Amino acid sequence: MKIKLFYFARLKEALKYSTEDLNLPDEPMTILKLKALLAKRGDVWGEMLMGKLKVRAAINHELVDDNASISNGDEVAFFPPVTGG
Amino acid sequence: MTVRIQTEDFDAGFEISQLHKNHKDIGAVVSFIGLVRDMNDGDAVSQLTLEHYPGMTEKSLASIINQGKTRWNIADALIIHRVGTLQPSDQIVLVAVSGAHRGEAFAACEFMMDYLKTEAPFWKKEATPQGEHWVEAKSTDDVARERWGAGK
Repeated sequence: MKIKLFYFARLKEALKYSTEDLNLPDEPMTILKLKALLAKRGDVWGEMLMGKLKVRAAINHELVDDNASISNGDEVAFFPPVTGG
Repeated sequence: MTVRIQTEDFDAGFEISQLHKNHKDIGAVVSFIGLVRDMNDGDAVSQLTLEHYPGMTEKSLASIINQGKTRWNIADALIIHRVGTLQPSDQIVLVAVSGAHRGEAFAACEFMMDYLKTEAPFWKKEATPQGEHWVEAKSTDDVARERWGAGK
């Protein structure tokens, strides 16, 4: 399946990515599994996505938790806890 | 309902007048304006840069207004949030709620601000004499949000 990924704020800076298109194997995928998959890309990826820092995720613009499942065509985003207002 | 994300400043007086214009049943408008401070957690702040998630931000703010409208008997609400680079004393956010009476408008305005702080995808980066850093989320904001109970 194909998904579109976005990164924001500290994650975007550290990973040096703001967006990417990703091809994933056609098997059940959750936010946690996707984070583990991306963490394998290297140190900074593991540190930013599976490390001590809190990471929040959204699927198609809705905040979700680690167990949320990802489907073909979804827009997935990873970002730190929000600090607006 | 009005939701706007913009780099330019806003005129709160004008925005509030638009909110109740032509509505003679409105008896109360409650508003909150957030400003950039020149000091945060002991650091002198010379500049603040706000990033957001276009698309999700607008949906998130509209959802926060709708939740407020479901919980309280209010007429209308508006949220304007600035992004980009701001200086101390600059306005960041305006939340305004109109209704027949003040009680429900006060509560809904505070609720919307507490939800915005913890759910709307904005991130602040501060410039200080020691360099730039991302602002950490505060647990007190989570506590402020929790007091409204569950029910998203």
